Amino acid sequence: MPGTYLPSNYLPVFIFLVVAIAFGLGALLIGAIFRIRRPYKEKLMPYESGIDPVGEPRVRFSIRFYIIAMLFVVFDVEAIFLYPWAVVFDKIGLYAFVEMVIFIFILLVGYLYAWKKEAFTWE
Amino acid sequence: MDITIIKPILPEIVMAALACVVLILELFIHKKETIGVFAILAVAAVSYVIPQSFGSAFNGMFISDGYSVFFKFIFFINLILAVLISIRYLKIERSEFGEYYSLMMFATLGMMIMASATDLIVLYLGLELMALSTYILAGFIRHDRRSNEAALKYFFLGAFSSAILLYGITMIYALTGTTNILAIASQLQGKMTTQLILAIVFLVVAFGFKIALAPFHMWTPDVYEGAPTSITAFMSVGPKAAAFAALGRVFTTGLIDFAPDWRGILIALSILTMAVGNILAIQQSNIKRMLAYSSIAHAGYAVIGVIAGGAEGLSAMMNYLFIYAFMNIGAFAVVIMLRVEGVKGEELEHYRGLAKTHPLAAVLMLIFMFSLTGIPPTGGFIGKFYLFKAAVGAGYAWLAVVAVVFSVISAYFYLRVVMYMYMHEPEGEPAALATSTPLGLALLITTIMVIVLGVYPSPFLAFARLAIG
Repeated sequence: MPGTYLPSNYLPVFIFLVVAIAFGLGALLIGAIFRIRRPYKEKLMPYESGIDPVGEPRVRFSIRFYIIAMLFVVFDVEAIFLYPWAVVFDKIGLYAFVEMVIFIFILLVGYLYAWKKEAFTWE
Repeated sequence: MDITIIKPILPEIVMAALACVVLILELFIHKKETIGVFAILAVAAVSYVIPQSFGSAFNGMFISDGYSVFFKFIFFINLILAVLISIRYLKIERSEFGEYYSLMMFATLGMMIMASATDLIVLYLGLELMALSTYILAGFIRHDRRSNEAALKYFFLGAFSSAILLYGITMIYALTGTTNILAIASQLQGKMTTQLILAIVFLVVAFGFKIALAPFHMWTPDVYEGAPTSITAFMSVGPKAAAFAALGRVFTTGLIDFAPDWRGILIALSILTMAVGNILAIQQSNIKRMLAYSSIAHAGYAVIGVIAGGAEGLSAMMNYLFIYAFMNIGAFAVVIMLRVEGVKGEELEHYRGLAKTHPLAAVLMLIFMFSLTGIPPTGGFIGKFYLFKAAVGAGYAWLAVVAVVFSVISAYFYLRVVMYMYMHEPEGEPAALATSTPLGLALLITTIMVIVLGVYPSPFLAFARLAIG
C-alpha cells in the first residue's frame, strides 16, 4: 500500500544481522579476556601454509589480467542473458529475437574493437 | 510487430548506431581529424530524424516532446563545438585517439536519453551512459597526472551520486509502486510523508551533484582543472544541461504537488551555490579553475528558473543554458588557443598584455567575459534578464535581487581577465597561438551567437517558449 510501507517482512533479517554481529564481536571479546597471551616470533609471522613468507605481499599484477577479466565479464553477461531468452523464446516471438540480435550486434562491435586493439593477444 | 513504436526513440537509435560506426572507423582511419568530421556529420544525421520523432514510446517510459528536443539541440551544439575545439588541441596534448569522438557521442546519447526519459529507470540509464563516458574523457590525457586524478575523483564522487539517485528512486518506488514520472504524481495524491521528504532530498543531492550545486560542487574545480580543456568545455555544458532537463522534468511534473517543499531546498542551494561559485572564483589564478567556479555560479542562476517554475521559469532556464553553451565554450576555446607546445597557458599571468600581442584573441575573450558577467549587448545579459524576470513574476523578487548582487561580485573576476589583457604590459617573448580552422570556426560561431543572442534574442526566446508549450 503506498505511503504505509513497513518493512516487517525483513524483521527476521534484522534480528539475524544483530545476532550475527553480537556473536562475532562476543567471540572476539571473550577470547581476548580469557586467552593466555604468550607471543613469540614464529607465532606473530603471517601464516602462509607453514612456509616462511618471502617478500612483500603487495605485488603488481600485469594490466593484462584486468583486461581479460573485464572482457570475461562482458561476454559472461551476454551468455547469462541468452539463457532465459532461449528458454522462453517460443513465447516472446520475433520482437524479442530482433532485440537479442541488436544486443549481440552491439557486443560484436565491442568484440571487433577489442580484437583490433589486440586485447586478446598475450605477449 | 509494429515498427512505428520506435519512432520517438529514432534519434537515439541513429546516434547509438553512428557512435558504434565511429568506434569501428577509428580502427581503420589513421587521420583522426576525419573521425571528428564524422562525429559532426552524425549530429547532422540525428538532427534530420528529430522532426519526425515527436511522440511517446515504450508504455510512456520515453517521450520526445518540445522540452526534450530543445535540450537535445543544446547537446548537439555542445558536441559540435567541443569536436571543433578538440582537433588541434588533442595533437598538442599528444592524446590523439579516435575513441575520443565516439565517447563524446555516447555521452551525448546518454544526455539525450536523460532529457527524454519519463521513467526514473530510463533516466538512470541515460545518466550512467553519460557519466561513464565523461569519466573516461576526463582522464583522456593518459600521461598527465592531473588528468588521471580528475578522472578518478570524478568517478568516485559520481558513483556515490549515482547510488544516492538510485536510493531516491527506490524510495519513490516504495511509496508509489511505479517509476513512471507522470504516474508518480497521481499515485502520491499530494500526500506528504517522511519517506517522500527523504526521496526528494536524495534526488536533489544526486542532480545537484551533476549540476554542481554547492555543497555538492567539491569535485568541480579539481575535475575541470585536470581534465583536457576541450572536455572541460564539453562537461561544463552538456552533462549540466542534461541534469537540468531531468531535474526540471522530475520536479515540475512528478513532484509538482510538493513544490513548496522542494522549492525551499532549491532556494537555499541556489543562494549557497551563487555565493560559493562567485566568491571562491575571485581568488583563483588558474583560468580553468576560475571558469569551473564560474560554472558553479551559473548553475546557481539557472536553478532559479526551476524554482520560479511554470512555462515562464522553465523556458528562462532553457534559454539560459542555450546561451551559456555558446559563451562558456567560447571562453574555453580561447583558453585552448593559448595552449601551445611547452606552454600550458592556463594561468592568469599568461593573459598579461594579450591585447598587445594577439588583439583578436583578446577581443574574443573580452566578449565572452562580458557575456559571462551579463553585460549588454551580449547573450549573457538576455539570459540573466529573463531568468530574473521569471523569478520576479513568480514572487521571488528578493531572490532575483540576491542573484543580481552576486552577478556584480562576479564582474570582479571576469573583468580581471580583461584587465590583465588590456591594462598590463606583455612580459617576455609573446607565445604563439594554437590556431586552426576548426577552432576558428568554433570561435566564429560562438562569438556571432553570443552577440546575436544579445542584440536580437526574440526568435530564440520564442523557440524555447514554443518548446515548453
